[in-house]
Amino acid sequence: MIIKILGSGCKKCIALAENANAAAQTEGIEARIEKVTDIITIAGYGIMSTPGLVIDEKVVSSGRVLSVAQIAPFLKEATP
Amino acid sequence: MQDVFIWLNDQLLRMQWLSDLVTLLVRDGLGLDPISRVGASVHFFIYDVIKIFILLSVLIFSISYVQSYFPPERTRRILGQRRGLWANTLAALLGTITPFCSCSSIPLFIGFTSAGLPLAVTFSFLISSPLVDLASVILLASIFNWSIALAYVVIGLVLAVLGGTLIGRMKLDDQVADFVYQSPVSDHDNDGTISRRERLTYAGEQVREIAARVWVYVLIGVGIGAAIHNWIPEGFISALLGQDKWWSVLVATVAGVPMYADIFGTLPIAEALVQKGVGLGTALTFMMAVTALSLPSIIMLKRVVKLPLLAVFIGIVTAGIILIGYIFNATAHLFV
Repeated sequence: MIIKILGSGCKKCIALAENANAAAQTEGIEARIEKVTDIITIAGYGIMSTPGLVIDEKVVSSGRVLSVAQIAPFLKEATP
Repeated sequence: MQDVFIWLNDQLLRMQWLSDLVTLLVRDGLGLDPISRVGASVHFFIYDVIKIFILLSVLIFSISYVQSYFPPERTRRILGQRRGLWANTLAALLGTITPFCSCSSIPLFIGFTSAGLPLAVTFSFLISSPLVDLASVILLASIFNWSIALAYVVIGLVLAVLGGTLIGRMKLDDQVADFVYQSPVSDHDNDGTISRRERLTYAGEQVREIAARVWVYVLIGVGIGAAIHNWIPEGFISALLGQDKWWSVLVATVAGVPMYADIFGTLPIAEALVQKGVGLGTALTFMMAVTALSLPSIIMLKRVVKLPLLAVFIGIVTAGIILIGYIFNATAHLFV
C-alpha cells in the first residue's frame, strides 16, 4: 500500500505522516509513506487545502490532520 | 448608551489602557520622556506590537472558528449553484471568511476552475480573499475608526465583484494553463463530520500558525511605523506623499505592489503615514497594494495562467486600487 501525504512540508503534514505511519503499524498493514510537496502535483489530486491524505491514489481527506484512529478505517477499507 | 459604546471602543478596541500602561513603563521603567523622540518611538513600538498581537490572537481565533464551517470544497459547491453577479458577490463575501494566504491561491484556482466555476467568480474570490478579511476590518476600526473600516470593506468587495466580472467579460478562458481543466475534482465531504472540539483545536492551531508566519512582518511594520512616526521629517513625507500631491497615490501603489506582507504588518505603517498628514486614500492604497498583489503571488499564479490573463488581472487590480485611493482622498473628510 502506498500512502501519500500532500503538503508543502508544514508541521501539519509531518504530524499527518506520523499518524498515518502509526495507524498502519497498529493495523499491521505494510505501507510505504511518500511525501508530495510540489504544489501543482498536489492540486492535480483535486484538493484545495493541505495536508491531504492519499491512499493508493485515492484522496481520503484534505485540510485536516486525522488522528491514528481516524486513519485506521481508511486503511482497512483500502486493504484487499 | 453612546458613552458606554465609546468607552468600550476606546478600551477594548483602541486599548487606551494599554497605551497608558506603556506610557508608565516608558517613563518610570525605562526613564524616558514619553514625549521625547526616543520615548515616543519606544512607546509606539511596544504599544503597537502588543496591541496587534492581542487583536490578532482574539480575531484569528474567532474567525477560524467560523471558517471551519466553510472549507474550500464547500465554498466551491455554494458558488457552483449561483449565476451571474450574485455568484460574484457571494464569491467576494466568501473570500472574506476563507483561510487564505498566497500559498493556497494555486490549489484554490485549480480546484475552482477544474470544477467548472467561471473565471469571473474565481477571480472575484481571489481578489477579495487577501484584500478583505474580518480581522483587517476590526484592526482598521481599532487604528482608525468604524466608518473607515466599513468603507474599506465595501470598497474592497466592490473591487472584487467588478474586477472578477470584467475578467469574465473578456472571455479569457483559453488563457488558463491546459492541465488545469484536466485536473480531477475531488469532492469528498468532510465538513459535516467535524466536532466542536475539533473546530476549537483548529482555531487554536490557526492562531499559532498565523502568528508564527506574520510576527516578523508585524515587527518590521511597526518598526517602520515608529520610524515614520518619529524620525522621518514631515517635510520629506509630505513632499512625496502629501495630500496636495497628485502623484501620492501612484507612488503608494508602485511601492506597495511588489511588497509581500500581511495586513497586520502593513497597518502600523499606514497608521503612521496618516498621522504624518498623508491622505487617507494614499495610506489605504498602500495597504491594498501590499496585500492584494505581491511578487510571490504573481509568480505562483504565472504557473497556472498564461501571460495575457495574468496581465489583465494585475492591470485591473492595480487600476482599481489607484481609483480607490483617489476616491478616498477626495472624500476623506466624510470619515474623520
